[in-house]
Amino acid sequence: MKRVYPDKEYCIGCHLCELACMTAHSKSQDLIVAYREERGKDGLSSCKKVFEKGHTCVAISCRHCDEPSCVAACISGGLHKDPETGHTLYDREKCVGCWSCLMACPYGAIRRHPTEGKIVKCDLCAEREGGPACVAACPNAALKYEER
Amino acid sequence: MLFQPVNKNYHEFCIIRDKDLCINCKVCVRQCSYEAHYWDESRQKVMHDNTKCIGCHRCEALCPTAALNIVNKPSDFRTNSLWRPVFLQNIYKQADTGGVLLAGMGSPVDIPVYWDSMLLDASQVTNPSIDPLREPMELKTFLGAKPKRVKIVTGKDGKPELKTKLSPQIELDVPIMFAAMSFGAINFNLHRAMARAATETGTVYNTGEGGLHKSLYKYGKNTIVQVASGRFGVHLDYLKAGVGIEIKVGQGAKPGIGGHLPGEKINDQVSETRMIPIGSDAISPAPHHDIYSIEDLLQLIFALKEASEYKAPISVKIAAVHNVAAIASGIARAGADIVTIDGMRGGTGAAPAMIRDNVGIPIELALAQVDQRLRDEGIRNKVSIVAAGGIRCSADVVKAIALGADAVYIGTATLIAVGCTLCGRCYTGKCPWGIATNDPKLSKRQNPDIAAKKLANLIRAWGHEIEEMLGGMGLNSIESLRGNRDKLRGVGISDIELDILGIKHAGR
Repeated sequence: MKRVYPDKEYCIGCHLCELACMTAHSKSQDLIVAYREERGKDGLSSCKKVFEKGHTCVAISCRHCDEPSCVAACISGGLHKDPETGHTLYDREKCVGCWSCLMACPYGAIRRHPTEGKIVKCDLCAEREGGPACVAACPNAALKYEER
Repeated sequence: MLFQPVNKNYHEFCIIRDKDLCINCKVCVRQCSYEAHYWDESRQKVMHDNTKCIGCHRCEALCPTAALNIVNKPSDFRTNSLWRPVFLQNIYKQADTGGVLLAGMGSPVDIPVYWDSMLLDASQVTNPSIDPLREPMELKTFLGAKPKRVKIVTGKDGKPELKTKLSPQIELDVPIMFAAMSFGAINFNLHRAMARAATETGTVYNTGEGGLHKSLYKYGKNTIVQVASGRFGVHLDYLKAGVGIEIKVGQGAKPGIGGHLPGEKINDQVSETRMIPIGSDAISPAPHHDIYSIEDLLQLIFALKEASEYKAPISVKIAAVHNVAAIASGIARAGADIVTIDGMRGGTGAAPAMIRDNVGIPIELALAQVDQRLRDEGIRNKVSIVAAGGIRCSADVVKAIALGADAVYIGTATLIAVGCTLCGRCYTGKCPWGIATNDPKLSKRQNPDIAAKKLANLIRAWGHEIEEMLGGMGLNSIESLRGNRDKLRGVGISDIELDILGIKHAGR
């Protein structure tokens, strides 16, 4: 399956992927409204996070693992693997906010929703035409959406 | 401001931040290597310090809401056509520091650009123009000494056979090469990109004087290796690695001046390639200490030919200066196969501003004079001429070739293709575009995959345009344009300028 692969050699740490992610998952689909209003009011946050150490940086989001630890750890059936697409799917309704998945994820790619007892996790921009928004926004081709 | 030197507010640029658009996302803060943008903890918003802005436009380019505009500072000194602001600024700066003014990139001073005063011909009615999309068009160029005449005999099989021994040649699919920019002055990512783009488009890049990184030897067929006064990174394998060797005597941006790559730019890779200790300054002397005459130059040319087993043409690169034609003649007679002339608008990683802006002559005049002199002396076939320094577009290439160049080097255009905005601070090592820097955090802003693609695109685009212009003139080969000054006409320039360029005025 196609996944988003970060390239730490060329990630310049600009965080534009985070902004793109937030916009793609906002109601308004407008960066300015999403960042200024929805972020505070609705707790909108990015599924992606850029980690930095020294001059190295890398943008981490859900890897949609073949054998996801988060799915195994989920107590409510809120996370499951789609057998057809291979995506690790999140069902917000079933999630009880126990954070077991956060503890289980070896990449630190799942994060708490800032205001609700829910999680924030990459859905590969399932509804978005043209694939994941972060990949389209990266100015240095340090994120690649491809089959490997 | 409080606690600042009195002239601190005489800066060049202002950052205009549109409050309706700015979302305080800090992208600008992370991009600015000069710390002009910063996060203000007490105000909880992104602020900026105009005095630190160098006008590189990196923040503007990456701002996701297009909230930023970088403009020249509107406040100006009292209008004075003698004491223009730049002179005041420089004096203030030097009164503070006592230092030589440094500058990067090509000279921005207002000297005539003769490319703009020359117009090209096109065919009408009597000689048909050619459509390059339908008919073959030849841009293939060979650099190196050509025989005066060729002897052909009929072989036993009845086929013609060439008897004349040809000198080694550099074969180019397009007459445009990537100019010498050393590994160190620009970083490894861009060297890789130039090597790959040159390979892809069938042209060559020049290593500059910083040696050749061991991983780039595989691109040797598209490499010219340079030997300059500091002899950095020169060894036998290096000399044999490329298809040509260039002796750098001078550089258009700083004729008569050596080079100085500060120790801060010498990281482990640069150190290994240049064969000098990490962190030590790389100083290239102004002259080659073994060249004090044409005879000395001849010795070096033949030493390099011996070393490379007479397989690579030797180029000698000089800056365009007053007696350039006589010097080029000497170089041709010393056994060089290529003369490269670098005009005064050529770029540099660092040069004293006074030198860059006041020394040398424009490439157009130098090129025309060198071509004419070599023709008059009957030795034009002995060398190819490469023109460099301020080639901005494919029309400049066509005009240079019509003036007598065999090919051109593009340096500044190469860097612009990968993002350079000519902010001219290459000597600080803080290039926000990740070009003139070896800082690992900045140099990764140049992804060689993207850069190589952009460079190859540029060469292809210019190649297509050259074909169009040639076709319009009714020519189907770049060879037919070479030194064909009848295809050029001058506009708005004096008789003496027309005479030096060897062209007629428009209308004649």
